[in-house]
Amino acid sequence: MSVSVQEDDFDVGAEMAAMSAGRQDIGALVSFTGLVREMAGGPELVLEHYPGMTEKALGDIEREARARWDLQDCRIIHRYGPLAAGARIVLVLTASPHRQAAFEAAEFIMDFLKSRAPFWKKEAGGSWVDARESDEAALDRWK
Amino acid sequence: MQILYFAWLRERIGHPKEELETSASTVAELVEELRGRGPRYAAAFEDMAAVRVAVDQELTELDAPLDGAREVAFFPPMTGG
Repeated sequence: MSVSVQEDDFDVGAEMAAMSAGRQDIGALVSFTGLVREMAGGPELVLEHYPGMTEKALGDIEREARARWDLQDCRIIHRYGPLAAGARIVLVLTASPHRQAAFEAAEFIMDFLKSRAPFWKKEAGGSWVDARESDEAALDRWK
Repeated sequence: MQILYFAWLRERIGHPKEELETSASTVAELVEELRGRGPRYAAAFEDMAAVRVAVDQELTELDAPLDGAREVAFFPPMTGG
């Protein structure tokens, strides 16, 4: 169980291997990787965040996911700083005995992370990326 | 009280944080007080539907009380992930 907020890239395979290493009880290991899409404003963006609150918000989301599903482990990594199109930006790993819990928990974490964790994307051209109403609406299904 | 600004609120106001002695008892009263500090603040807080607030690093509403708060942050809707 852990949350990392970092400038550095991460290794998806290494993170997955670390989660399952030495265990025989995990039946499902779900991995979601978010990538920077190329946008109209240019081939890169800068991600600003609120140090302190970011870690707290991600920790709260992880705790909520663990309260709702039978998770054996969970890991969230989110990057900040300058990121080029194609770069990895976020990783969510969830492990459970059966796949449904791991799938659902990973979706839940991503839905809440999108509109509850204090990150803001700025395009290379200087404009801030607008929040999408569909991201806020996505939270309704978890009520 | 420490006031923090992020993303375009930080850019409009011109600095990322400041210390403020205030008698405001809610976030809304604090916003009114900040608006009086000049046109940059008035521009940042022009459309409150586009502003989110956290008190002591917890997301909250504009009518939230401030009693005992040490840190208040203003920012636009979040766009992570």
